[in-house]
Amino acid sequence: MTRVQTRRITDIVMTVIALAVTSLVLLILGAILWTLLSNGLSALRPSLFTESTPPPGSQGGLLNAIFGSAVMTGLAILAATPIGVMAGTYISEYGRNSRLAHIVRFVNDVLLSAPSIIIGLFVYGIVVVQMGHFSALAGVVALAIIAIPIIVRTTEDMLGLVPDALREAAAALGSPRWKIIAKVSYRAAFQGILTGVLLAVARISGETAPLLFTALNNQFWSSNLNAPMANLPVVIFQFAMSPYEDWRQLAWGGALIITATVLALNIFARLLTRKRTGRS
Amino acid sequence: MTQLHTPSLAGALHHPDGEKHVEKISVRDLRFYYGQYEALKGINISIPDRRVTAFIGPSGCGKSTLLRVLNRIYEMYPGQRATGEVMVDGDNILDPNLDLTKLRTKIGMVFQKPTPFPMSIYENVAFGIRLYDKISRADMDERVHWALSQAALWDEVKDKLHQLGTGLSGGQQQRLCIARAIAVRPEILLMDEPASALDPISTAKLEELIEKLREEFCIVIVTHNMQQAARASDYTAFMYLGELVEFDTSEKIFTNPSNVRTRDYVTGRFG
Repeated sequence: MTRVQTRRITDIVMTVIALAVTSLVLLILGAILWTLLSNGLSALRPSLFTESTPPPGSQGGLLNAIFGSAVMTGLAILAATPIGVMAGTYISEYGRNSRLAHIVRFVNDVLLSAPSIIIGLFVYGIVVVQMGHFSALAGVVALAIIAIPIIVRTTEDMLGLVPDALREAAAALGSPRWKIIAKVSYRAAFQGILTGVLLAVARISGETAPLLFTALNNQFWSSNLNAPMANLPVVIFQFAMSPYEDWRQLAWGGALIITATVLALNIFARLLTRKRTGRS
Repeated sequence: MTQLHTPSLAGALHHPDGEKHVEKISVRDLRFYYGQYEALKGINISIPDRRVTAFIGPSGCGKSTLLRVLNRIYEMYPGQRATGEVMVDGDNILDPNLDLTKLRTKIGMVFQKPTPFPMSIYENVAFGIRLYDKISRADMDERVHWALSQAALWDEVKDKLHQLGTGLSGGQQQRLCIARAIAVRPEILLMDEPASALDPISTAKLEELIEKLREEFCIVIVTHNMQQAARASDYTAFMYLGELVEFDTSEKIFTNPSNVRTRDYVTGRFG
């Protein structure tokens, strides 16, 4: 066999393997979506969005859980975004080659891969135990801790993509450092940073473990941050494990809502990055 | 004669018509280091006001480095430092206590690649003005108009001032950057190979523009292109391996240089 033939065959074999593995991954994703749709679609009734979680055997919806998830995710992102963006700015702009920035980056990477149950237990220890009871506030803290490293990382990466030539051009006009960052770097990296925030929303809106130890759950409608609050992931966890058919039905509905939201956020974030790099 | 090490300086400060020029920048024993590496080995030169001074030389000779010292933009990076004196209007700009932002409003810079900010054409030009001047909307409109006209770009963009500056062609982007630089009314304009990313037509426009701007600014241009230096500059400095080899009127450098290395370079024998 000539060398050209060997190469051609290797090429074909590698292509087939790559395609096979890709379809396997897509198949898994497809199977998840199919299971969710086939089981969850029947749960999608208007009452799902208008009534709170019912006791077993009666009619109800997920309104309190949807509301709780939205509130806790929203507050967590509100708290995590400024912290994450500023820390990312330090690493990428001010720290650059400093030792501290290297350390912060490393610690952030560790935090990024920390199991969420550990973060839940940590917040349980420092917030729930101190306050003496579970609360939505503790849930917000836990979710924010998960969101921060994601935002730090994307902010750093996106600012790293801003060419130094732009910073030099702004500096050459007499911009002080903070104005270079605020007016030029942030503007150039805006869509990328926003994408990071959206990905963080997608990530924390499905987190269950940290909420189990913090916000717990609430059978009823509650908007009190100082009390346990219902949320979709924990409701799904609880209802899916129950022996009651109507609860399990609601769990499917909740799972579908979360998945659809996360999918939509991911697609939206992807569209934003695509516009940024001009491939649209 | 204070610049003992600068060859042919006395001649250089007189235009062929005999008119005397005001010295704008005076560099004395400038040394520059990238870490341990010495990139400029004691440069002495006197750059006149309201004229175009070109720096030529092979890659790595230190011409861009010298330009980047003149507004201290190198300080954005760690490990780079300069020693010696660079006097601008009698003040040593290497003085560590100097207000850098103030210095840079006086010394504008145009880079090799066009660097429009990700904002509208209007905002690009207004950016530098906004940093230090609080002026009314009408005055700002006028300043933007003035700067874009000076940069010979107004006619091409007057109907799309609020579109993104990044959407312009390369040549237009570079003229936008020049407009942005002169909008803050600097006294000195540094240009680091401003035409190297441009096509011949844009380059010709840029050279025309330089010819016009020399009336009002002290222009220092670094270029790889010797024809460009010959066409567009009044004075030319030839640098080689971190040293200033020869500095004279462009006419003399390109027709009858004193130094044999200059002669070899401008006749294309090396570099």
